[in-house]
Amino acid sequence: MNLVINGEDHYDLPEPLTVQGLIAHLGLPEKKIAIERNREIVSKSTFETTILAEGDILEIIHFIGGG
Amino acid sequence: MSTDKKVCPECGHEFLGNDLQGNTWGGIDAHWRAHHENIMPYEDAWPLIKSGKYVSNDTLTVAGHTFNSRLIIGTGKYKDYAENAAALEASGADMVTVAVRRVNISKPDEPMLMDFIDPKKFTYLPNTAGCFTGEDAVRTLRLAKEAGGWNLVKLEVLSDPKHLYPDMEETLRAAELLIKDGFDVMVYCSDDPVFARKLEDMGCAAIMPLGAPIGSGLGIQNPVNIRLIVEQTKVPVIVDAGVGTASDATVAMELGCDGVLMNTAIAEAKDPIRMARAMKHAVIAGREAYLAGRMPRKKYADPSSPLAGLI
Repeated sequence: MNLVINGEDHYDLPEPLTVQGLIAHLGLPEKKIAIERNREIVSKSTFETTILAEGDILEIIHFIGGG
Repeated sequence: MSTDKKVCPECGHEFLGNDLQGNTWGGIDAHWRAHHENIMPYEDAWPLIKSGKYVSNDTLTVAGHTFNSRLIIGTGKYKDYAENAAALEASGADMVTVAVRRVNISKPDEPMLMDFIDPKKFTYLPNTAGCFTGEDAVRTLRLAKEAGGWNLVKLEVLSDPKHLYPDMEETLRAAELLIKDGFDVMVYCSDDPVFARKLEDMGCAAIMPLGAPIGSGLGIQNPVNIRLIVEQTKVPVIVDAGVGTASDATVAMELGCDGVLMNTAIAEAKDPIRMARAMKHAVIAGREAYLAGRMPRKKYADPSSPLAGLI
C-alpha cells in the first residue's frame, strides 16, 4: 500500500494497516504525536481501529521548540 | 448573620454571606480547589484566609487558569533541549510556548521536547507560528490539542519575514474562527489600542502586544501605546516579543502589564540560564514596583536628610 506521510510518498507498506500499525512500523512514540488523515484528526482512541486506505494523506506532528 | 463581603484573597472573587449557618465564606472550599489548589492546598490556605493572614501570591490568571509566574518563556533557539529545560527551571515560569511541526519520520529516535520539558509540570502553550491564514491556525491548533495541548493557545499570524509584524486583518479573522472552535486565545498583536480592543471584544483570553519586533531585543519601543492598552483592557495584557534584557521586562511590568513573554532574550544570551534567572527577578521587580506605585516625577531636588537641626 502507498501512503503520503508528511508530504512524502511511502511505498509498499504492509496491508492491512491500522494507524496503530503504522506508528509501530515507523517506530514513533505514540503518546507524543498527533495524526491527521486526509485533513481529519485521528483521535488517539481510534488508532487501533482506523484502517488506512491506499493513497491516504497523513500528517504526523509533535511539539518542538518555538516562541 | 454577618453580611460583610468576603473576597477571595487570590483572585477577588466575591462570596455572598447567604448560607444557613451564617457562613459568609460559603463555597470558598469548592472555589479554592477549582482555581487555586496549585498555589496552596485548601487545607493549608483556609486557616490563613479565615484569620486574614493569607498573602496573595499575586498570580496570573488567564481564562480561568492560574499561574504562579508572570513570565512565559519560549522554547526556540536554544543550543539544545537540555539547556532549554535548565533555563526554564531558572526562570520560574510555569508556561512555555511551543511550535507544532511534522515529525521527522526518518529519525524516530530524535530527542523530543516532551522528553525534556514535562507537559504535566509545565503548561504547553502551542503557537501558530508559520500560519498565514485563519484556517491554517485552526488546523494546527486542533492537532496541537490532540498531541497533548489544551484549549489555551497562542495565536500569531505573521506577515513579512523582515519585521514579523502581525497581519492584524488575518489575526482578527483567525481569532474569531478559533474562539468559535472553543479555544481560549492569547493573541500576539500590534501595539495598536484599536485592534487590541477589537480582539478583546471578540473574546480573546489575553492581549499580547509586541514591545518591538520578534527577536530584535530592542525593548519596549512604544510605552505610550502599551500603557493605553493596559488601561483599557480587562483581560490580561502580556508583552510578547521585543524584550532584550532584564530592564526591558521590568519596564513592561512597571507599565502595568500582567506578564511578559520572551524567547530570544534568554536563548541568545551568552549564559541563557543566568539570563533566565535575571528575567525572573526583573518581572517580579517590575510587578512589585507597579503595585507599590512610583513616586511622582519632580523638576527639582528634594533632600532626603532633613534640613532642620543642622549643627
